[in-house]
Amino acid sequence: MSDPSKEWPLWEVFVRGKGGLSHRHVGSVHAADGKMALEHARDTYTRRMEGVSLWVLPSAQIIASDPGDAAALFKPAEDKVYRHPTFYKIPDGIKHI
Amino acid sequence: MVSALPPLADYAARLGDDSLVLGQRLGEWCGHAPAIEVDLSLSNVALDLIGQATHFLGLAGAIEGAGRDADKLAFHRDVMDFSNCLLVEQPNGDFAQTIARQFLFSHYQALLFEQMAQVKDERFAAIAAKALKEVNYHATLASDWVVRLGDGTDESKARMIAGLDWMWRFTDELFAMDDVDAAAIAAGAGVDKAALRADWDARVDAVLAEATLARPAARRAIVGGRVGRHSEHLGHLLSEMQFLQRAYPGASW
Amino acid sequence: MYTTDLSGKGKAETAAAEDPAMLATFEARVAADEFIEPKDWMPEAYRKTLIRQISQHAHSEIVGMLPEGNWITRAPNLRRKAILLAKVQDEGGHGLYLYCAAETLGVSRDEMTEALLSGKAKYSTIFNYPTLTWADIGAIGWLVDGAAIMNQVPLQRTSYGPYARAMVRICKEESFHQRQGYEIMMHLAAGTEAQKRMAQDALNRWWWPSLMMFGPPDDKSPNTEQSLRWRIKRDTNDELRQKFVDITVPQAEAIGLTVPDPALKWNEERGAYDFGDVDWEEFYAVVRGEGAVAKERMQARQKAWEDGAWVREAARVHAEKKAVGNRQLAVGAR
Repeated sequence: MSDPSKEWPLWEVFVRGKGGLSHRHVGSVHAADGKMALEHARDTYTRRMEGVSLWVLPSAQIIASDPGDAAALFKPAEDKVYRHPTFYKIPDGIKHI
Repeated sequence: MVSALPPLADYAARLGDDSLVLGQRLGEWCGHAPAIEVDLSLSNVALDLIGQATHFLGLAGAIEGAGRDADKLAFHRDVMDFSNCLLVEQPNGDFAQTIARQFLFSHYQALLFEQMAQVKDERFAAIAAKALKEVNYHATLASDWVVRLGDGTDESKARMIAGLDWMWRFTDELFAMDDVDAAAIAAGAGVDKAALRADWDARVDAVLAEATLARPAARRAIVGGRVGRHSEHLGHLLSEMQFLQRAYPGASW
Repeated sequence: MYTTDLSGKGKAETAAAEDPAMLATFEARVAADEFIEPKDWMPEAYRKTLIRQISQHAHSEIVGMLPEGNWITRAPNLRRKAILLAKVQDEGGHGLYLYCAAETLGVSRDEMTEALLSGKAKYSTIFNYPTLTWADIGAIGWLVDGAAIMNQVPLQRTSYGPYARAMVRICKEESFHQRQGYEIMMHLAAGTEAQKRMAQDALNRWWWPSLMMFGPPDDKSPNTEQSLRWRIKRDTNDELRQKFVDITVPQAEAIGLTVPDPALKWNEERGAYDFGDVDWEEFYAVVRGEGAVAKERMQARQKAWEDGAWVREAARVHAEKKAVGNRQLAVGAR
């Protein structure tokens, strides 16, 4: 039977597509250590010139929000319409604002 | 001297044959590696090598000027006209043996291409400059595995030692110089391979030390690949690789 | 590559004993074309069906490396060798993406691998047929990847986020697979008599197994209705099979090859081809593991797994040693 403690851990892979862009999550790889995770990420996710920079981090290190808390976390932002520029009425004749 | 190629073309063919034969060997791993990720890594290395082979054999054919292209050279020469080093034609064995071969060869290739990227002959310099980026990665990848296997379990250490032991006999040949090398240097295309030896020793030794492995003892060198005197393994590799071209003469694919 | 729905009749996971309110919310989200993400609540039946489907799909990619891998060392020229190697490598990558997607559902890759190697998990029947000549590499790219694309494109909009994202990547990467296969067949069909014969023979052998890839007829496919509702399947088996025939027959004709089906006939009224009966007895036999090279395929995967065990173990032990070393360094630095 498989022993989870013997399996190479899972790493999340982030790729910067080109200079100026932020790293974006593209998938995961299994690897025994960080260096191997980078090599596996390179050989798996950048075979078609997809990137100029890579991040890997152990999947177990990610702390994610709970979907059950989504309402408490994200709903309160809904009525803060004054945070958006379209909330303010400025006459058409006024320029550069 | 059995090669029908003029010296500079022969020089290019040696480079091409090294990459071709090793690429062919790594292709045998596809679908059978210890983990899917490792399968992908080995295939990437193989693809780089096949690309290098295409460039160098194409150049060999162009220098010869007799209408032979890379495929003609790859698929229509017999063992005695192949001029790769003996190291690359060694069988895959287990993963440690494959890594040993890659480790010893990639560090040689990296040093070679560093110099070749500077030579006067732009055709050689351009291929070497492109390939250098590839083989630097191969050398790192293989070194990392040497360290993991050497400093892993008792079993992996024993296998890594056995793998290096198998391959070590063929390393002197990498740095051997002959008339073809001299002609290539005179033509502004060649590299003094003997001069690479000290750097190669230093790089290899540093990795072996990190891997807690002793440097294999010096032994009588086995040579001959550059002039067509190969191991028994190459004939089988070629008979498989060249099968279709041989069985259907004149067909295009 | 793709996998057939291989679950036996009556084995459909049923959504029972779940919180009705949670279930209703879930069904509504799926019906509204929302994506379900790993930490979201989902019915156990949905989770199980997905694990089965995604891992089966992943196994198919990995086993699918073998029939084509069989020709990498014998590819006829350097260009074809590089293309084939890159393609088989892609299949490995696709297996990897899919295993990772399945892992978000709480199953480990080792568990899935063990299920495959023990014969518990299934993979696409198509890979239990042998690749005998170079033309088989053309036929697989053209027909098998062609059938796969038809299945996979709609799955880019499947309801489970990680699966959908894996499919987007896979579809993008696979776009060259079918074209390279057809190009091989085109070349052979326009080549020497021996090459033409090779191409026709490959089509003869791969045609029917390719039609089987879409799975059993709709009336014998137990999961279809629920899977369609859950958007883990987007079209029925028979719809896709018909579409495949309609697209592929003209492609065969264009290069002078004959589809091996005497019943094949254009039906003006339906605007589609009528075609002969698939030998479902053969299909179910292959599903049961009685395919011509099923034993060879399993043996190859088992050997790779067992031969690689010491390598995986060594890397794990080495990483542990390094981690201990690093901790000691950190303590020393304090």
